[in-house]
Amino acid sequence: MSSAAGTMDHHDHDHHHHAPSGITRWLFTTNHKDIGSMYLWFSFIMFLLGGSMALVIRAELFQPGLQLVDPHFFNQMTTVHGLIMVFGAVMPAFTGLANWMVPMMIGAPDMALPRMNNWSFWILPFAFAILLASLFMEGGGPAFGWTFYAPLSTTYSSDSTALFVFSVHIMGISSIMGAINVIVTIMNMRAPGMTYMKMPLFVWTWFITAFLLIAVMPVLAGAVTMVLTDKYFGTSFFDAAGGGDPVMFQHIFWFFGHPEVYIMILPSFGIVSAIIPAFSRKPLFGYASMVYATAAIAGLSFLVWAHHMFTTGMPVAAALFFMYCTMLISVPTGVKVFNWVATMWRGSISFETPMLFALAFVILFTIGGFSGLMLAITPVDFQYHDTYFVVAHFHYVLVSGAIFSIMAAAYYWLPKWTGHMYNETLAKWHFWCSLISVNVLFFPMHFVGLAGMPRRIPDYALQFADINQIVSIGAFAFGLSQLIFLAVVVKCVRGGEKAPAKPWEGATGLEWTVPSPAPYHTFDTPPEVK
Amino acid sequence: MAAQQHEKYYVPASSPWPIVGAVALGLIAFGAGHTVIESKNQVDGWGTTVLFTGLAILVVMLFGWFRDQINESMSGLYSNQLSASYRQGMSWFIFSEVMFFAAFFGALFYARVIAVEWLGGASNNAMTNEVLWPHFEAMWPLTETPGGTTTQAMGWMGLPLYNTIILIVSSFTCHFAHVGLEKGNRTQLKVWLGITIVLGCIFLYLQGAEYVHAYQDLGLKLDSGVYGNTFYLLTGFHGMHVTLGTLMLIVMFFRVMKGHFTHDNHFAFQATSWYWHFVDVVWVCLFIFVYIL
Ligand SMILES: [Cu+2]
Repeated sequence: MSSAAGTMDHHDHDHHHHAPSGITRWLFTTNHKDIGSMYLWFSFIMFLLGGSMALVIRAELFQPGLQLVDPHFFNQMTTVHGLIMVFGAVMPAFTGLANWMVPMMIGAPDMALPRMNNWSFWILPFAFAILLASLFMEGGGPAFGWTFYAPLSTTYSSDSTALFVFSVHIMGISSIMGAINVIVTIMNMRAPGMTYMKMPLFVWTWFITAFLLIAVMPVLAGAVTMVLTDKYFGTSFFDAAGGGDPVMFQHIFWFFGHPEVYIMILPSFGIVSAIIPAFSRKPLFGYASMVYATAAIAGLSFLVWAHHMFTTGMPVAAALFFMYCTMLISVPTGVKVFNWVATMWRGSISFETPMLFALAFVILFTIGGFSGLMLAITPVDFQYHDTYFVVAHFHYVLVSGAIFSIMAAAYYWLPKWTGHMYNETLAKWHFWCSLISVNVLFFPMHFVGLAGMPRRIPDYALQFADINQIVSIGAFAFGLSQLIFLAVVVKCVRGGEKAPAKPWEGATGLEWTVPSPAPYHTFDTPPEVK
Repeated sequence: MAAQQHEKYYVPASSPWPIVGAVALGLIAFGAGHTVIESKNQVDGWGTTVLFTGLAILVVMLFGWFRDQINESMSGLYSNQLSASYRQGMSWFIFSEVMFFAAFFGALFYARVIAVEWLGGASNNAMTNEVLWPHFEAMWPLTETPGGTTTQAMGWMGLPLYNTIILIVSSFTCHFAHVGLEKGNRTQLKVWLGITIVLGCIFLYLQGAEYVHAYQDLGLKLDSGVYGNTFYLLTGFHGMHVTLGTLMLIVMFFRVMKGHFTHDNHFAFQATSWYWHFVDVVWVCLFIFVYIL
């Protein structure tokens, strides 16, 4: 019974005295903090990589006409930029934050399934290696948009599509395993007294996000599988000649895709709900309503997918149903925004960098929400559909929404992770550069979109030239601003002012009861929560 | 304090198996992708070699990982809380599998109720029919596609009915084995578990025979239009799950023979039995929606 592998695990008597060192620490680790750090670094690398692809796009679009890249390569850039940012940057960043913070916030010794935790991280680099390798194959990589609509991804796609399909399968397996880990940790590992309605909102929002992930990532797996068999094995799910329907692809994809956008924003709500009370020095206004609003948003997210498909010619009754359900989502979302504002009302507010990013989140995410509301209106969507207005909308929600909240979270918890305070001056530079450039980058897109500039096209009509130049300048400024972030983080990891256990005066939660940096094993004995 | 000591949550110090499994999955995905591409282009390549290397490493990984876990479990490192984590993890995994099948059932319903009907001119699609395939008439099973591919429909009498009975019976035999384990009656456990495995194997054999019958006698093929597509993908993925379930049952059988599991500590057996009931339920849905209706 004693075996080479077995003995590795028998060191658990003394394992909290020292963290293992060397490369095997990272390869074999079962520690939620190590795995969280790997997720976060991986996500940042993917963010820079996906960002440079966006800069290729913006460089090409700086002027009308074809300048730098040929259209097929342009299409590959838009596609892989989207795939990397969604599956490689935003989702792993949230999983990394969940890994670091959820066990600490609920008083657990680690994640519930530590080995599976390691596995779900380490398959991600392989998935993206395969996806990126496909770019170098004959015929190029995926060029059908991150939404891989049939028949672009079936009849008209390059040979390498099978690699895209299998790499998405692995990303899905990773997300599902990560989500199962989070949901089981939350259900089963809470410290005595940590009832559901005492959980921090970041835990609550991740709890619901994990449920969404487990429910819809398998549907994405089904969609890519049907694309695979349609392209390579002669099925006709998405081919009318065989009794299928290309529109059916869109239904299946968006049944995954709409909950997916909430997967990318609900944890942000949790982050902002932690930061705004901390820097307003007031408890969160309307905790219970925040929980119910999150659940309502998640529930409604299964009933709105066809708002991406108003122009496919669906029956009017269906269009109306999806329009009203979509608009209904603004009610629980509005509850959240009002609660954040009410939390700040008469608070004793200070403006450290996490708070700045959280405030920018509230305002800019709301702008993205409003343009979403415009897009939800069926008749006017016919005008907006597939224009830069849509691009502006979802980048407001994802960049100045999700990504800004991730930045806020990083600044908020960096002292806890590293034991050092980050450089506040440099961080403020990062914030203001990002805030200004992100608006220069995305706000003018609304105008060209409304004027009719289509998305995903490498060339455009002359009258859009000025605005596209402004947008491109904003894009490069935003991209370069993120290097400040890299500098701040590296400096903070290396050293800096020693951080106390609770560096933020108004912060609450179990994570601030332990020293900074948090010990390798936080709660060997669960704390009592009153 | 002492009372909490034995309830300490077991966190393994480190494990080499996840990274081995990550390499395996990476090779499988890369190899499978290249295998598919090579077979489409009808060229020889190294795709299958990579694929099978990955699969071999995956088997080694599963063996090593589960051996570690069995050793930990047998040496009493697991608390009730940890068992609960495993049980909840398995339940959520099965839920994710349900959603995977839901995608294909969704495709079946959409094709049948909407796509085929609209191609036949239903709703406001008279012009769709008129312009695309004016002679196409909507029907289900779709034995003649708009493009002109013909096939025969698979009836529900005969093999599918036998298979339904076999799987439903096997759900009961699996339950009897579980009851035997909980009562501490090892003979009952072994006999019913053995019968369940045999039933699973018979099901797989008959399913294979049904595929041969479909291909040779009915002309019902994977590429016979959306009826054949949904038929083969649903029954095929179900068959793969039955195969996996049967393998899990066989592993359980060997573990039972070695004397593993007690009446109150048998997560692996319970998980396998849940999985088996899950594949049975999927089959009943398949039988109703794919074969009968
Ligand atoms: Cu949507």
